[in-house]
Amino acid sequence: MEPLMAVAIGILYATAIFMMLRRSIVKLVIGLMLLSNAANLLIFTTAGMTRGAPPLIPEGMSAPAGNVADPLPQAVVLTAIVIAFSVLAFAVVLIRRAYEVVKADDLDKMKETDT
Amino acid sequence: MRPEVALPVLLPLLSGAISLLFWRSRPVQRFLGVGGNLALLVVSLWLFVGVMEEGYITLEMGGWPAPFGIVLVADALSAVMVLMTAIIGLLMGIYSLATTGRGHEKFGYYPLMHLLLAGVAGAFLTGDIFNLYVWFEVMLVASFALMILGGERAQMEGAIKYVTLNLLASIIFLTAVGLTYGTVGTLNMADIALRLDAAEHSGMVEVLAVMYMVAFGIKAAAFPLFFWLPASYHTPPVAVSALFAALLTKVGVYSLFRVFTLVFDQSMEYLQDIMLWAAAITMVTGVLGAAAQFEFRRILSFHIVSQIGYMLLGLALYTPLAIAGGVFAVLHNMVVKTNLFLISGITHRLLGTYQLKKMGGLYRERPWLAVAFFFSAFSLAGIPPLSGFFAKFVIVRAGIEAEAYVVTGIALAVGFMTLYSMVKLWNEVFWKTLPEDNQVPENVTPGGDDGRLIKPSLGMMYFPVMMLAAATLMIGIFAEPIMQTMNLVGDQLLAPEHYIEAVLGVTPGNEAEWIDQVTAPQEGAQREGGAP
Repeated sequence: MEPLMAVAIGILYATAIFMMLRRSIVKLVIGLMLLSNAANLLIFTTAGMTRGAPPLIPEGMSAPAGNVADPLPQAVVLTAIVIAFSVLAFAVVLIRRAYEVVKADDLDKMKETDT
Repeated sequence: MRPEVALPVLLPLLSGAISLLFWRSRPVQRFLGVGGNLALLVVSLWLFVGVMEEGYITLEMGGWPAPFGIVLVADALSAVMVLMTAIIGLLMGIYSLATTGRGHEKFGYYPLMHLLLAGVAGAFLTGDIFNLYVWFEVMLVASFALMILGGERAQMEGAIKYVTLNLLASIIFLTAVGLTYGTVGTLNMADIALRLDAAEHSGMVEVLAVMYMVAFGIKAAAFPLFFWLPASYHTPPVAVSALFAALLTKVGVYSLFRVFTLVFDQSMEYLQDIMLWAAAITMVTGVLGAAAQFEFRRILSFHIVSQIGYMLLGLALYTPLAIAGGVFAVLHNMVVKTNLFLISGITHRLLGTYQLKKMGGLYRERPWLAVAFFFSAFSLAGIPPLSGFFAKFVIVRAGIEAEAYVVTGIALAVGFMTLYSMVKLWNEVFWKTLPEDNQVPENVTPGGDDGRLIKPSLGMMYFPVMMLAAATLMIGIFAEPIMQTMNLVGDQLLAPEHYIEAVLGVTPGNEAEWIDQVTAPQEGAQREGGAP
């Protein structure tokens, strides 16, 4: 399972970078979206995939019996997803406003503040 | 239980929450903008005094013991940075009363300011690498919203670059955090440091170190990753510009100092040269970029980049004295750069423009403002006896001791170039006569950044400027006690075993034993696949 995930994550990163290098701001945001999804999937995968063994401690014991999934990356990835979602919501509003002000979906038309 | 470690984070969050509850009440928000930040200053002082006495103060959040829960750690570096944040926050709160127009206040300027301060303080205090990412994001989201407050075209364009590059940096950081967890199986920075020291030195560790360097390098605006800064910092309302200039890049610099002294200290052997040259080129490109500009805030933005080079140089030389000098530079820069931005706000209020060609004559009209500018500008250039001189002096001395003559020479030359820029500003804004088509009005109309009428005016703007100008002079005159604190910072950072001992309770020499002990009860919970 892990090698498959690794390939999927790699494709996600590559697609995201490709989208971010385009001139359109909509594609830029799609790139950011894919990039954060790739990072989340990466965190989810790094700890290893364990099937059907939730990290529950049986009654009367102080440690779980046998191999169980690592719960920490799942907690971490949940936080990361929420953050990515909120930032993405902001980015979508931002490009809408930018489109209204600049009247173009083109980063090359946004050079006023460059030097 | 040491509440003073958590309070610098909790108080701004609380002020922000209360400001949000009183969304429509301007007086409450304005009162909290000053009062809340004053309270933050008080607890920061409490923390600072405590840390100076004890060295390290830790607080385990939720009562979970150190490597498992999130731990807040205050060492000398954190305490100094939090104290500076609180001072700047308070002065900005006062300055904002006069410059933030009603339109901006209505869209939540004050709650966002508190949120930003909470994020910055959290980043300085946390001892957990994922938690550091979370505080980064808290700070970033607040800064995104502040950046586009007003919604002008230049702000939108600047914000797109700012948002994209900062998000990219965040995601590189997050990826690095994920891979770190996959490699060592922990997120507590002290624990990561221990395990990396104990583990065999693999290529993965070097990759991680470089990823952190790139991520924090973008945040700190180091060469070649600084382009977002000069493209965006001159666009928001001036109080926001000043707040960003004081705090945001410094969080990146702080993270570099923290991660490369604590976690990846052994990677510095081969990263040192890269960092040294990155620092040197950062200084040069920043100061050359500024030389080509004729807009007040753009010049200042490029100088932020240039000054970041000095701070990085302090880290890259990697001796206790150099690190002390680097942190001194951070502190000095927070005071001086903020002040220059604040002064640019006042001159804008007086002359209605940031373009140097249209400015002039302020030396005659506002001599005290000219004096404040003189102190700040020449402090930035490193003229004794102002604070910038000592920051530069310590770094240059450390550079010569480390026999890095070329880089030290560049640092000195950049000082001259900085002086050129500052003299240019002085000549254009204060010395030359005002162009005929732009006259200083007899009575300045009190208007906010969006031009709408607000009541208290120039006095509120002058107060923080005078305080900061006095501060740069005082730091210069009383450099000795400050330098002692900086030396403590340098010594602490280069002896990470004390930090680890304070967080985890491991005495030096017992690391392997401790790792076995912590890992043993979890054996049942071992992971199936993944990296070792």
